[in-house]
Amino acid sequence: MEILISAVIAILTSCGVYLLLRGRTFPIILGLTLLTYAVNLFIFMSGRLNTSASTIIGVGDQYADPLPQALVLTAIVISFAMTAFVLVLALRARAELGNDHVDGRNSIEEIKS
Amino acid sequence: MTLLSIILLPLLGALLPVYTERFGRTICAYSAAIGPLCALGILLGSSASVFSGHIEQVYIAWLPAIGLDLSLRLDGLGLMFALLIVGIGLLVVLYARYYLAQRDSLGKLYALLQLFMMAMLGIVLSSNLLLMIVFWEITSLVSFLLIGYWSDQSDARKGARMALTVTGAGGLCLLAGALLIERIVGSFELDAIFAAADQIKAHASYPVILVLVLLGAFTKSAQFPFQFWLPHAMSAPTPVSAYLHSATMVKAGVFLLARMHPALAGTDGWFYLVTFTGMATLLFGAYNALFKHDLKGLLAYSTISHLGLITMLLGFSTDLAVVAAIFHIINHATFKASLFMAAGIIDHETGTRDMRKINGMWKYMPHTALLAMVAALAMAGVPLLNGFLSKEMFFSEALHIESMGMFSWVFPLSATLAGIFSVAYSVRFIHDVFFNGEPVDLPKYPPHEPPRYMIVPVEILVGLCLLVGIVPNLTVAPFLQAASLAVLGHDMPDYHIAIWHGVNLPLIMSFVALAGGLLMYRQRSGLFAFYERKYRHDEKIMFESRVQFSVRMAQMLTDLIQNNSLQRYMALLIGAAVVAIGYALLPGIPWPQDFALTALEPVSLLAAIVLTVGALGTVLLHHNRFAALLLLSVVGLVVSLIFVRYSAPDLALTQISVEVVTIVLLMLALYFLPQITPNESGAKRVGRDIILATAAGLGMGILTFAMLTTPYQTLSDFYLANSVSGGGGANVVNVILVDFRGFDTLGEITVLAIAAVGIYAMLNGLHLPLPQADGDGRRWDKEPHPPILSVMARILLPLAILVSIFIFLRGHNAPGGGFIAGLVTSVALILQYLASGTLWMQERLRWRYRRVAVSGVLIATLTGVGSWFFGYPFLTSTFDHFHIPLIGEIELASAMIFDTGVYITVVGATLLILAHLGKLAQTSHSPRPPTSKAFSGADLNKGDD
Repeated sequence: MEILISAVIAILTSCGVYLLLRGRTFPIILGLTLLTYAVNLFIFMSGRLNTSASTIIGVGDQYADPLPQALVLTAIVISFAMTAFVLVLALRARAELGNDHVDGRNSIEEIKS
Repeated sequence: MTLLSIILLPLLGALLPVYTERFGRTICAYSAAIGPLCALGILLGSSASVFSGHIEQVYIAWLPAIGLDLSLRLDGLGLMFALLIVGIGLLVVLYARYYLAQRDSLGKLYALLQLFMMAMLGIVLSSNLLLMIVFWEITSLVSFLLIGYWSDQSDARKGARMALTVTGAGGLCLLAGALLIERIVGSFELDAIFAAADQIKAHASYPVILVLVLLGAFTKSAQFPFQFWLPHAMSAPTPVSAYLHSATMVKAGVFLLARMHPALAGTDGWFYLVTFTGMATLLFGAYNALFKHDLKGLLAYSTISHLGLITMLLGFSTDLAVVAAIFHIINHATFKASLFMAAGIIDHETGTRDMRKINGMWKYMPHTALLAMVAALAMAGVPLLNGFLSKEMFFSEALHIESMGMFSWVFPLSATLAGIFSVAYSVRFIHDVFFNGEPVDLPKYPPHEPPRYMIVPVEILVGLCLLVGIVPNLTVAPFLQAASLAVLGHDMPDYHIAIWHGVNLPLIMSFVALAGGLLMYRQRSGLFAFYERKYRHDEKIMFESRVQFSVRMAQMLTDLIQNNSLQRYMALLIGAAVVAIGYALLPGIPWPQDFALTALEPVSLLAAIVLTVGALGTVLLHHNRFAALLLLSVVGLVVSLIFVRYSAPDLALTQISVEVVTIVLLMLALYFLPQITPNESGAKRVGRDIILATAAGLGMGILTFAMLTTPYQTLSDFYLANSVSGGGGANVVNVILVDFRGFDTLGEITVLAIAAVGIYAMLNGLHLPLPQADGDGRRWDKEPHPPILSVMARILLPLAILVSIFIFLRGHNAPGGGFIAGLVTSVALILQYLASGTLWMQERLRWRYRRVAVSGVLIATLTGVGSWFFGYPFLTSTFDHFHIPLIGEIELASAMIFDTGVYITVVGATLLILAHLGKLAQTSHSPRPPTSKAFSGADLNKGDD
């Protein structure tokens, strides 16, 4: 399972980074979301693979590490805020610049939507 | 403590003149003299104990961790230098009072001078090498300000910059040398360094240390080839030149040589490097001084030459040579400071410093002329003056150096040659300025004697030249003895300062120099013509062009990296991260050998395959944005399943609700963006990005695997043990969020609220073209709210709210809590927006979401503040059990109120974002056909913000 989890995180990172390197804002936001998944999983996995544990005192006989969970919980909410912010930034950039390229220039004639 | 006050007095004194300047110049000058006068008194008071061989020391720990301590010592060398610094400093204060023009700020000059005095005293009194370097750097910085005192003049600015560059670079070398010494000795304390002298000299890095320390000393003391900054520093006001560039700062370098003499001298490396640098400087300075037409230029080159002489003596390293070096430091300071002051007076009274114009001053200012002539003769080394005594010692030592074998004659020869030049330029100074006919078109005519008190400092200094020259044993001998003791570390060599040693070789050399100098000056016209032809380059232009060159190189480098393409920066950033982490991982990770991997489960494998398809699909289909978005949501779902699988129900709940909100948000935004990403990346760029992405993914994968197979250590046992007893909740994740790490959570909801407000601001007044059709060319439906969805959503709303309240209440003891409940409520409300439209919701829900979000943060903060009223630190929580009729036993914790704040913030922020973005989209589907006026920023501003 360790190898599988590592592979999942590796794939999420690769896909995220590739999209992050695109020139248009929307794919970048998609990439950012994928990268967020990878990082959140990574932090979560620092508590190791506990399949039938719990974080509730008195439930079950084995406890999972609650600290990475608490970290990731806030990270999920914060990354939502970040995604939303970047998204609206992209909208604003399109309104101000007339295109959705990160460098503000449109090398190819913009495709009509 | 008296030692410390010697340094602190000028430091405090630096503040005074700035304040007293408004009461007039005389009061300002008096106030500037208070600090140095007190310091002088203390110094003279402790001189008796220093003469008896006692070394007063002060030690106050400052930054012991790095070895930097306030460690001071007053030994003979320190005392001699400190007296020089304070004494001449006081004379300069008096002199500057009359020198400075009415329009220049006297207070500023005095403040800087005293600051400089403080730093110089710090150098000479430091008993800690690192502390000495701190003061050393302060002198470089303050001298930058002093040279650039007339900051409106380009020459002053350039001269100051050059001096700072050269001496600052030298200071860095010195620091490096000191750090190396500390690595050998284990301490920066001078006593420890002196004790380990043999160890240092035997160490493999001794040559490096020597070169670094010497670079520091040579740059500061303007030794060849770093001498060029000193003549350009002459654009400073003359009091500054007299103080910094004759008596003190340039002496810091030779002081360092003397100070480090016990630790570093006595090797061949020291002998050759120091002696020959000194010799080159001696000859170079003396030769050039003769040909300068600028009065201060002549004195500057003469200073360089005399510094070379001192350096050369310190290079000889014999006991008597060291004594002679220290003796010459005192003598040079007195006669050169008085000459600079005299030059300043002449400049002040005639308006020029050009010796081709200033002639025949004897007639106009006989008093000044007499003093300047005596000082100039001391500089030439004429008997009965102090310069003669130390120069005789220099000649005598030059004759005694035999370590060069049959080439030892170069020392007496170069000494005599330099002597000839020094007589020649001294004679030129006297003859050109005070005689040689009538002045030629002076800016101020006729010149006259300066104010009475402006000459007093010159009189005192010239008087000292005479006193030392005639009765050396009654005046300077005890100081010299104490200083030599400090440098040599043992009792004085058997030496005898006397005017008359009988007719011997040094005396003959002196007379050869005198006669040769006079002869050379007679033949000057031919020499001047030769110099003008052969030697015309300006160091300042060279220096400036090199500065410009490095600026251009920096600009080129910047342009190379920074081409205004964010896409490229991103690639560079990720590439740098990949390279840095790859380099760290390169030696290989020590994989644990005995780690047992958990078994692969078929269901998990299936989930991983789905996730991989989703992620890769998102990338492959990213040109079709809508499809990519759908695939992305698949990935999000699988991630929440992973959380379920690995015992994190809180995370799964959070992830799934955030997932819904995020995808809705992305869809709303996509409505306004192009539906298709143009295929514009070339094959080269795609290839590069694939390599970068693969490398990044591989790195993350290796890191994850390394982490998972590392033995497990955690600090969570604390949280597990204290959750119920300390936080009053069984759900440890929630207790960590609202109690243990409540402060973090407060920060995070604040960020959430700020992001929401930022989004609100960005959406304000946003104008976007309204799309009429989707990516495939189908027109958008005019009736976007299907009745079935609306009805179902309305039925679901109370249920969803009920669920969210339930999740919120049980959060402390079971999966749930403010974050999740807030997200569930948001989803329920967003569904209403989607199903029935923004306008419909606006009529029914008149909340201003900005206020909602901010009040949530406020509630959470106030909960934290509340604990102050009970005498506990911020955000301390409490809980208790209550019995409520009908419901029964219930536990209430103050953390619940905090969690309410979290809940409200999440609802407020999420709806602020989505409702406003939604309104942007929804308004275009009004029954009216959209016109350009139908949508504008005004629509956004009214209503439910």
